[in-house]
Amino acid sequence: MAKHRRLRQNISAAFYRHGLLCASYPVPIILFTSVSILTCCYPLLKLPLPGTGPVEFTTGAKDYSVPSHEPQGDLGERPDWYQGPPVAYIQQVLVKAAVSPWDSSLVPVDVFRSPLGRVFSLLEEIRNHVYTDRSLETLCLQVTELLPGLRRMQSILPEHGCLLVSPGNYWQNRRDLFDSDPDILKTVHQHEPKGIHTSATLKDLLFGVPGKNTGVSLYSRKRVVTYTITIALSSYDARFVASLRARLKQLHPSVNCTLREDHMVHVHFKEEIGIAELIPLVTTYIILFAYIYFSTRKIDMVKSKWGLALAAVVTVLSSLLMSVGLCTLFGLTPTLNGGSIFPYLVVVIGLENVLVLTKSVVSTPVDLEVKLRIAQGLSSESWSIMKNMATELVIILIGYFTLVPAIQEFCLFAVVGLVSDFFLQMFFFTTVLSIDIRRMELADLNRRLPAEAGMPPPPKPGPLRPREAPPPPRPSPHTITLQAPAFRNLRLPKRLRVVYFLARTRLAQRIIMVGTVIWIGILVYTDPAGLRTYLAAQVSEQSPLGEAGLPPHLGVAPVFPGGDPTSTLSVLPAPEPTPLPENQSQGHGASRPGGAPLTSPQISWGSEDEEVWRRLSFRYWPSLFSYYNITLAKRYISILPVIPVTLHLNPQEAIEMRHPQDTQHAPRSSAKTTDLQTDLTLYKVAALGLFAGVVLVLLLFCLYRVLCPRNYGQNGVQHGRRRRGDLPCDEYGYSPPVSEISPLLLRGHSMDIECLASDGMLLASCCLAGQIRVWDAQTGDCLTVIPNNGLRRSSSSGCWEHRDGWDSLTPTCEPDALMGTESRAPVFVDTDEYNEPPLRRRVTPSRPTLFGDQPDLTPLIDTNFGELPPSHTTVGFGFDFGGLVEKAYKEHEASPTMHFTAPTPPVTPAPPQRRRSLGDPPVAPPERINVSPGEWDSSVWSLELRGNLIAAGRSSGKLELWDAVEGTLRCCNEDGSSGITALAFLNNRIVAARLNGSLDFFTVDINKPLGLLQYRGPPGRASLPSSPCYSSEDVISCQLTRSVQCAHQKPITVLRAAAGRVVTGSQDHTVRVYRLEDSCCLFTLQGHSGGITAIYIDQTMVLASGGQDGAICLWDVLTGSRVSHVYGHRGDVTSLVCTNSCVISSGLDDLICIWDRSTGIKLYSIQQEVGCGSSLGVISDSLLVTGGHGCVSFWDLNYGDLLQTVYLGQNSEGQHVRQLLVLDNAAIVCDFGSELSLVYVPSVLEKLD
Amino acid sequence: MLLSLYLLTAMAEATRLSSNGTAQRGPYISVITNRTTNLLIRGTMLFGVGVFLALVLNLLQVQRNVTLFPPDVISSIFSSAWWVPPCCGTASALIGLLYPCIDRRLGEPHKLKREWSSVMRCVAVFVGINHASAKVDFANNVQLSLTLAALSVGLWWTFDRSRSGFGLGVAIALLATLATQLLVYNGVFQYTSPDFLYIRSWLPCIFFAGVITMGNIGRQLALYECKVVQEKIHQD
Repeated sequence: MAKHRRLRQNISAAFYRHGLLCASYPVPIILFTSVSILTCCYPLLKLPLPGTGPVEFTTGAKDYSVPSHEPQGDLGERPDWYQGPPVAYIQQVLVKAAVSPWDSSLVPVDVFRSPLGRVFSLLEEIRNHVYTDRSLETLCLQVTELLPGLRRMQSILPEHGCLLVSPGNYWQNRRDLFDSDPDILKTVHQHEPKGIHTSATLKDLLFGVPGKNTGVSLYSRKRVVTYTITIALSSYDARFVASLRARLKQLHPSVNCTLREDHMVHVHFKEEIGIAELIPLVTTYIILFAYIYFSTRKIDMVKSKWGLALAAVVTVLSSLLMSVGLCTLFGLTPTLNGGSIFPYLVVVIGLENVLVLTKSVVSTPVDLEVKLRIAQGLSSESWSIMKNMATELVIILIGYFTLVPAIQEFCLFAVVGLVSDFFLQMFFFTTVLSIDIRRMELADLNRRLPAEAGMPPPPKPGPLRPREAPPPPRPSPHTITLQAPAFRNLRLPKRLRVVYFLARTRLAQRIIMVGTVIWIGILVYTDPAGLRTYLAAQVSEQSPLGEAGLPPHLGVAPVFPGGDPTSTLSVLPAPEPTPLPENQSQGHGASRPGGAPLTSPQISWGSEDEEVWRRLSFRYWPSLFSYYNITLAKRYISILPVIPVTLHLNPQEAIEMRHPQDTQHAPRSSAKTTDLQTDLTLYKVAALGLFAGVVLVLLLFCLYRVLCPRNYGQNGVQHGRRRRGDLPCDEYGYSPPVSEISPLLLRGHSMDIECLASDGMLLASCCLAGQIRVWDAQTGDCLTVIPNNGLRRSSSSGCWEHRDGWDSLTPTCEPDALMGTESRAPVFVDTDEYNEPPLRRRVTPSRPTLFGDQPDLTPLIDTNFGELPPSHTTVGFGFDFGGLVEKAYKEHEASPTMHFTAPTPPVTPAPPQRRRSLGDPPVAPPERINVSPGEWDSSVWSLELRGNLIAAGRSSGKLELWDAVEGTLRCCNEDGSSGITALAFLNNRIVAARLNGSLDFFTVDINKPLGLLQYRGPPGRASLPSSPCYSSEDVISCQLTRSVQCAHQKPITVLRAAAGRVVTGSQDHTVRVYRLEDSCCLFTLQGHSGGITAIYIDQTMVLASGGQDGAICLWDVLTGSRVSHVYGHRGDVTSLVCTNSCVISSGLDDLICIWDRSTGIKLYSIQQEVGCGSSLGVISDSLLVTGGHGCVSFWDLNYGDLLQTVYLGQNSEGQHVRQLLVLDNAAIVCDFGSELSLVYVPSVLEKLD
Repeated sequence: MLLSLYLLTAMAEATRLSSNGTAQRGPYISVITNRTTNLLIRGTMLFGVGVFLALVLNLLQVQRNVTLFPPDVISSIFSSAWWVPPCCGTASALIGLLYPCIDRRLGEPHKLKREWSSVMRCVAVFVGINHASAKVDFANNVQLSLTLAALSVGLWWTFDRSRSGFGLGVAIALLATLATQLLVYNGVFQYTSPDFLYIRSWLPCIFFAGVITMGNIGRQLALYECKVVQEKIHQD
């Protein structure tokens, strides 16, 4: 085991050093890697390009013997396919015939009718040729019937006999049919396909020469007809072939023929990929691409997702190329079909390592240096990478010992590929990753600078780069930026939704594109070679060679890669008449002064005629044989030297053979039309395509006009009820309906609000000036003001102001208000509002300042209660607690002490009081503590609210308990001197965390214990700890029960209490868990590498903590063990919330991340506005609310969709929402600046009730 | 395959939508969240994948007779008997639904690499095994069968690693082989060169690999349903 561990350590250390190296010298390493990739790929240049062109091999015809099957050692240049007998030996008889001398009495048909007629006699001669009891029948390749799909060719191609093809097949090799054929051209052309000619047409097949060179045309200038008689022999008998050659030569001597006769060409045909083989291949490629897509989609938390994905793909691809190159270098030429094994190789090598590397590097602490991060990430994954690689190598090794050649070869490739992939990952990808992370940090620094300064973007240049080029936060698919509003509104009409779906996915465009691609693909597939031959012919015709008046068949044969270009060059002088001056039959034709049309045809033999098949499509032979279900793939044929036959016919003969109709359409005009037949078809196709395109465009335009709104994109301006002109509408011009969510503004604080506490019913806030205000959380009325500089108390009507939606309603309670202002007496206007909730008045925000230190005159006004019809409580459950209070009251009626001691006679029938505490007698607080004003200067650092007690912790270390309603100081504790940084108030216990790291536990004792029996909140919600209520009569004392002096070494930053536990987080990187009852420390949780900044604990004992290192830890409170640990933020984690399924965290990087709670996988993240990152809350399990610049946004928690944005005020752009508190009744309180805002979420309200 | 991928994205989209529609849940979303409908959709997708794979893999098995421009190119895609693809589709739908179901019954959810890239890798390896069985020339049939068996078990180890998956795979492979045996015995169709009673000996391995692959796909698809159901529970 020790060895194992040492090995592991060594590997990890090596990776660490390697990571340091890579991140330190990125550019040299990338250069080195590129050079090595190129070096390894260099041998690939020697490999033949993938293609299906046939390969040739030439042997001498004299000493030919059938090659044996066994490969022999000595053959140097013999290709490995040259084994065994060929499929067939091809003997071609090339016939050139001309009517000579040509005279003016002949009609154009004469050019080819009589020469073609001679084919029958030639065929006769060949068929009947016998050499020492061997005839053609015994030697030739016997074919059976044609393939079933070729019935229409049945009358033309031979069946059940020798494979012997000639133009005579058009007429079933019968002379009488030919003679009675009135239109030879029509017969020949009737089998031609329409449109663009495919590679091997029937005419090519039968004539054996390209269609243009046959001379079977009315407008041939040369008047020489060329065709071949092709004989396929199954066995080679040299003497029979020689005698046939001699016989034909003797019959039809070719005078000036110098064709070589000693070469035999063997043509090997490669495997062709048909569509049947293509489909599995395409499938594997589709699967491969899907794999790559799904893999690279997981790359996250980097600067450029696409860049890294590209780097990953490049890594894999170049490792494959390197492996092929290396294998070639060491002499292992790949025999496998590279295209088909390639996807499997990629899948075997995989992208996993790359992703693992990225993830591990990204999850290292962000505050480290880049090269340290890379090194740490590498070393932490080193062991798994090595283990995986070893496993794969072992598997491949096992595969190698299967001893199947194909699998062995695959394994060999895979091994080399794996090793080179590892090399590239370590050098190439790691370096790219380091560059990427460095870029990200630079960009990050730039972006975060103003946020850290706490100012709305000042035009101040950053220290690193000028501010004018701030790289915008790159919106990766998982990061939702607030600036690009992706509004998915709940109430979109279905019709619009369909249209938007079409528009969003650009479905129509894509379908058209795909259709076009498929169409082009079909075109190319049906005629790849034909297009190429056509283009090649065009090129050769336009070349200078063609302009010299050469016959077109002298053009190069570009489709044959093996074609020797010198042969075409050497024939240049061939057509000139100079080499044949002694030829009488041709000589006098040239001397004629009649000009070109009347020159006698000359038959010349050049070296281009030696291998006439070269000018045909390379599919010629395969298609000929495939008609008889014989494949040439991976086999070869041997082509024997051609037998030249020259036929000279005199005009008399030609005239005799005429058909009566020939003369009739002889003087046909419009010569060019038929000649340009093919061109015309091309033009027609082009014109049709153009027309179709135009029609399509018009159609689409019409569709667009019909479907799309006229005022495309201008929709946003037309909404009349828009609160703000720049309310975002989504990119299709649709803006969501204006929400019914209207925030309630709570004004009154003169300075920025610092602390905020609530228990669901009441809301206490404290501003920088030290003023504490208590608000009704339902209505937003200000109940109490506790000023800083004295013991004054004021209950007043609210400093509320509602938005302009309400102002049409007439105020009804003006007298009260007037009385309130004039008599300077506190007025409970809120009672009126209960009466008629929709009736709101405008009250100037300055009014609360009018209420000073007035005596409590509440009972005087309490008479109003009697007149209240209690049923008018409509606004929501918040107002409805009168009945609940009544119920609660009745429950506790049996209690012996009535604590409503106040003589309030008018309150007779209905609920004894609406707000119990208001009915309290105007007695002075039992203990009025006289404090010198100087002590009050200490500011409030923390605030808690339970029942109607406000616990305030001051910077002087004093803990105060205030009555929330009456505003009297009930208790004060000055045991500690260090400032209270955090407070927790739970079940009459108060926990205070101090700046010096100590933790004080206080117990709140009420001297009249029965007073506890009164509950003031609705007791319905069981999850809430019912908060005891203290009446003003009770004497409340707060005693320090225990003080943990050195709870933490450093200041305590966070304090949370729930479920009987108190959790503290401190700057000393630890979290401690205390039991609330006995203040006993249960656990000290270590795991963060920075100060703790956020803690979450709830009733279900879920504990999460976040620190300055950007890490988030989930703990098990029962055992104190760490459940998961993730790095999610660059910078501090500022707040944390857990729901049943996920953890939501926000950080200083203004990113809100949503994590899966069980697996710790980041689900997605939301990019917040600068400086607003910390405010967030969860309303229900699927509704998240975040603060922004003067607004709050609601998000669908499950998928991160922005649901709605609510703007808080008219002029609040500059203000950030710093704190956000979610109340139990689905209201949200957030502060911005000196104002508070109360937002109800109506839909959630409905759902909760 | 493309179609199924499209369906997949549509389903994911629907899952997204369903989360929004807390109050106003549209008919489409309720269809997706409905349990039986979800089952039906999954079954349809698995059926599609099965038919597609059957067609493609059958093409691999077609021996090369006519290489160049056979007159009936398209018909060679459907060269097998008409009932083969539907059978494969039905079988794959059943298997793909059975796997998550058994996982749930046994209470041991599949944990290993539950992501689409892994599933794609699995499918690619499966096609590769088929490719090898069809195109690589082995010395004898025993060697071929052994190699394929090793490859199949490797597939299971790489992508599944659950005992239930292995057991189900073996059982279904044996059943399918038996069924094929019976079919061939009754003369419904026959192999060109049978070497194992009436059928080819590599058939069980191919069946096993196919079962593992379809199970993988089915589990991944069931993940979506799980999410939706969980969501519903939370919402209720």
